[in-house]
Amino acid sequence: MTGRFGHNSRRALDRLEEGSEAVLVEVDGDTGLRRRLMELGMLPGTVVRLVRRMDAVGVLELEVRRCRLSLRLADARHLTVRPAA
Amino acid sequence: MTRRTDDDARSVVIAGNPNTGKSTLFNQLTGASARVGNYPGITVERSQGRLTLPGGETVMMLDSPGTYSLVARSPEEELSLESIAGLPPLTAPDLVVVTVDASQLTRNLYLVLQIIELDVPVIVALNMVDTLVGTGQVVDETALAHELGVPVVPIVARRGEGLDALTRAIAEALAAPESAHPGWRWRPASDSALAADVATLSESVPASWHGGRPERSRALALWALLSLADEHRLDDVPEALASAVTSRRTAAAAAGRDLEQEIIGGRYAWIDERTDRFLKTRPPPLSLTDRIDAVLLHPVLGFGIFLTMMTVVFQALFTGADPLIGLIEDGVSALAGLAGSIFGHGMLGDFVANGLIEGVGAFLVFMPQILLLFLFVGLLEDCGYMSRVAVLMDRIMKRLGLHGRAFVPLMSGYACAVPAILATRTMERRRDRMITIMALPLMTCSARLPVYGLLIAAIVPPWEEARFAQGLLMAAMYLFGTVMALVVAWVLGRTVFKGKNIPLVIEMPPYRVPHWPTLLRMVLRRGTDFVKTAGTIILVASIGMWVLLTFPQTSADEAALEARLAVASADLAAAPGEAPRALADAVTELENEAAAAQARNSYAGRLGRLIEPAIEPLGFDWKIGVGIVGAFAAREVFVSTMGVVYGAGEVADDETRGLREKMWSDTWPDGRRIFTPLVCLSLMVFFALACQCLSTLAVVHRETGNWIWPGFMFAYMTVLAWGASFVVFQGGRLIGLS
Repeated sequence: MTGRFGHNSRRALDRLEEGSEAVLVEVDGDTGLRRRLMELGMLPGTVVRLVRRMDAVGVLELEVRRCRLSLRLADARHLTVRPAA
Repeated sequence: MTRRTDDDARSVVIAGNPNTGKSTLFNQLTGASARVGNYPGITVERSQGRLTLPGGETVMMLDSPGTYSLVARSPEEELSLESIAGLPPLTAPDLVVVTVDASQLTRNLYLVLQIIELDVPVIVALNMVDTLVGTGQVVDETALAHELGVPVVPIVARRGEGLDALTRAIAEALAAPESAHPGWRWRPASDSALAADVATLSESVPASWHGGRPERSRALALWALLSLADEHRLDDVPEALASAVTSRRTAAAAAGRDLEQEIIGGRYAWIDERTDRFLKTRPPPLSLTDRIDAVLLHPVLGFGIFLTMMTVVFQALFTGADPLIGLIEDGVSALAGLAGSIFGHGMLGDFVANGLIEGVGAFLVFMPQILLLFLFVGLLEDCGYMSRVAVLMDRIMKRLGLHGRAFVPLMSGYACAVPAILATRTMERRRDRMITIMALPLMTCSARLPVYGLLIAAIVPPWEEARFAQGLLMAAMYLFGTVMALVVAWVLGRTVFKGKNIPLVIEMPPYRVPHWPTLLRMVLRRGTDFVKTAGTIILVASIGMWVLLTFPQTSADEAALEARLAVASADLAAAPGEAPRALADAVTELENEAAAAQARNSYAGRLGRLIEPAIEPLGFDWKIGVGIVGAFAAREVFVSTMGVVYGAGEVADDETRGLREKMWSDTWPDGRRIFTPLVCLSLMVFFALACQCLSTLAVVHRETGNWIWPGFMFAYMTVLAWGASFVVFQGGRLIGLS
């Protein structure tokens, strides 16, 4: 399947381009991390928009459910997304 | 009308996500009555204060740590749960006020739902409604209150807006708790496996937790199902409940169920279904704050602007406070002089001038820097920039086990540890805060400067061509202190304050114009608060030091000196030429000698000699011991104490020449020089690491609410200082230095 995301349509959230929207398909990591990410609203099926990538400081800013949230890139790697419909 | 005391007053807990203005609201509501106490049974600090309601009743307000959820992953969440749910040994609050950031509404509602489930009366304080204006968003409070089933009061805590309405709502909810008590909003479908899990588990919830209320016992069962999964943090979980949870979770996993998805997803689904009813608009894709952030968080520009800003702040801190410091110093000496002329030169005058006024003055001198620092930190926090600093510094600070927000307090430590410790209040997690507080006093504060100045001059004589070497040595001491602070933070983060690495969520609030009246009130309140609490301890300590240096009075020596004074006067009569000046010199000389004799025989002198065996391996004699004892009250006192011990008279910081010469020529009984460069270096290392600041200990006591942490700080720093000085002195001797 090819599309905006290239050959592999699923990718880690930290590889999303600035300004693009995607749908979360998977949240992993150990139980604690996974639960925390979900409690912050990162659930499978949730639409997220990557507002800003700050690679220099290792942080990215997201918009989720009309809220803003900044995560470390290291934590964002546990979230898998697919292109928004 | 009966006035309840703290003990039987009804209690209102303020809860909420981190950075939703919880503490601001708490301070606005409680004002001067706020104080730091401990949670019952444990030594964790918690703010409490009083609020008088319109009806005249006074209720106790309790702050709770900011948290995204009640799942007990961190000590903060554990305490939040315990204080909101009222798990033993805490008692259930009569009301919970949940602060909610209006611009981050849906995420905040997750916690609101959890708290409502616990069957306690809830009011939502919809905070920061002003920040919505710029984004074009509107929250329909009536619709929100309708969906949640609890009162919703819009407020702007930092401007003090909406507080009257909130206070009225608190009074109404306390009068009619059912109005704020709607029962579960989201609940598992009655025929679901999750509902069966909850029903079974609720039988294992102890009665002391649910108090005979079925809703509450189901809520705690649901909570246990998520919280007790793996290593949880709660101590007093009944074995029956823990094992019931384990078996239910195992069964769920075997059936391919995802409990996190069911419970967390269930609550969010409830919120998602209703969001359009109370949030009619969508946020713009790119707000003004985003455009500012594009610059301030730019990988190059952002760091450049931040470093420039820090430089300006510290320049202002050092130079801007200077005139005021000079003014206070002049005022203190004038007052001390006045006291001397009123009370005479006897013991009383000496006590008032040197014990009281100079002692308290040495502490008041730091007030301009302290107030300026409060103002800067408050300003950075209020306009929203502090969160950006946390983002910029996150990667570096994280490697050291510190929070990004620790950066500004640590830098502030270069000026003075006391306001810097108060500035750590911007950190929500107790662990981050404690690590920063414990490492902070190692940063080279301005009180170490005069000591370093004196000792560096003793190592490198102040010839013009040696200025560069002196500067280099000073810079090295600054670097040494900073590196040690970071090392200590790193070690503490892996030992004493070991904590699980929780994914860092950084919230970046919209930029706001600072609200000056609140800001200035805050600076003033923290300032007076500090003077009152730390000042009292300083005053007592100053009196203590004066007593140690003044008693016992050495009458024998005085008699001998009197005799010599008489001889000097007789000499003077025989040679009338240059009379007054010579007499004055002779008298000064004798007075200094008398002071030195007094210092030698005083309790402080005896203490110095008593500890001499302990400090001799560091290269220090008893005179340095007296200086160290004196410096315990405050570092800069070392210079003046040495002045007294060496009989060099009163020593001003910039006129240490006479003292330096005497120190230079002082010897051990066997004729070896005492103040060799190696000893001075060892002494500087000691001063860099030792906790010689009562104000710091006083403020740590104030901030942690107990004496354990200041005790720990004093102990580890003293051990560190002794060890490092030992290594420097003995190591230096081994490689042939002197």
